[in-house]
Amino acid sequence: MVKNKVGIVDYDAGNLRSVINAVRKAGGDPVVSALPEVLSSCDRVILPGVGEASTAMGKLRERGLDSFIPTLRVPVLGICIGLQLMSLRSDEGDATCMGIFPSEVKRITDLSGEESTEKVKIPHMGWNSISPANGSWGTPLLEGISEGSYVYYVHSFAATLSSSTAAVTSYGGHAFSAVLCNDNFLGCQFHPEKSGPTGEAILRNFLSL
Amino acid sequence: MLAKRIIPCLDVREGKTVKGINFVNLRTVGDPVEMGKAYSDQGADELVYLDISASREGRKTFLDLVGRISEEINIPFTVGGGISSYDDAARLLDAGADKISINSAAVADPSLIGRIAASYGSQFVVVAIDARNVEGTWRLSTHGGSRMTDIELFSWAKEVQERGAGEILFTSMDHDGMKKGYPLEVYRRFNEELSIPVIASGGAGNSTHIAEVLADGYADAALAASIFHFGEITIPELKRELLSKGICVRI
Repeated sequence: MVKNKVGIVDYDAGNLRSVINAVRKAGGDPVVSALPEVLSSCDRVILPGVGEASTAMGKLRERGLDSFIPTLRVPVLGICIGLQLMSLRSDEGDATCMGIFPSEVKRITDLSGEESTEKVKIPHMGWNSISPANGSWGTPLLEGISEGSYVYYVHSFAATLSSSTAAVTSYGGHAFSAVLCNDNFLGCQFHPEKSGPTGEAILRNFLSL
Repeated sequence: MLAKRIIPCLDVREGKTVKGINFVNLRTVGDPVEMGKAYSDQGADELVYLDISASREGRKTFLDLVGRISEEINIPFTVGGGISSYDDAARLLDAGADKISINSAAVADPSLIGRIAASYGSQFVVVAIDARNVEGTWRLSTHGGSRMTDIELFSWAKEVQERGAGEILFTSMDHDGMKKGYPLEVYRRFNEELSIPVIASGGAGNSTHIAEVLADGYADAALAASIFHFGEITIPELKRELLSKGICVRI
């Protein structure tokens, strides 16, 4: 039997409803908690979140989760701000983050980029495509996902490309990490729980890691 | 590249969709969740559910419905209609709505935009704006177009952006229902003056109109109700046509 108890980190950073629903739909058994002892007993952990990075990081710290999460050995998936908090630091509120991925988080317009005719509106909201950072995905999280698949984004800040970058998205010529991957730690800047069949496939992949 | 979004809008009264959809079989007509799923399967990028219930009971039913939509549908959805307070917005967020759309209530009390955005983020707040061209000046109308105000459209659009709106949904009441296309000059001016995304609504009679507002009007998304409901245009056909005109859409 596949072990599918999925700990969803509850740290008062946005509504968890759609993540819970999506995990259930993908065949997981969601357990919502902020307690390390509860999360430790899960087969995998999701760090969701929306909001401002330094505030969200403060909420993790208050609960002792900033030092606990990096010690997890099970698959961990950060979504949106969750991915950002797993990076080195964020320009949003000048936050020091958990440092799991060697990326920095910057305002999309501050990311280095190429000339583009696409006008950048902030937030970057809607469906954009993902492509492999190194020729192929290089992570089972994206197995079976076609190059150029569209996923749903809502964000103003994003993680720079780094050695952990598995998938890239580009907006107005600014390229950023769409998916990060370092050992058992994974992150999606987009919202798999809102990305239709593609997002569902990614969550199912996560549940079978 | 960010894709342009196609957004069907479903009117809900007392928990039931008001208009059928031609492409769905008869059993599912009337069920907002089934209709939403059908649109999602066809390639809709987002959904908008508008509550047009008159009764208190109907509003309660709508809230339950939002919970069901959140369980069943895995693309983003916005809910609107009758949101008049911070508490209304909070209840809809708790029920699982990704975004709420406010219109007359924002005109009556502009601080509502900032209060909701401060708690739940700008991405949660869509401000719907209705306007008419009155002797060369675009002025807001409220309450579904039934009341005119003196408020000038472009200054209001900038104000809602500054107050924290994440998107603007603009309908020209002069074009709504006419099926003759959109006022492109208004959308072009939004593109020059605003930094947040704009959704075009009201006026499309065919897919060329939608292509125009996305390409020449620089709108980020197009919302429509009747042309999809009555099967005049299907979403896959529309998207193929947009793609053939070089407009980036998710297929």
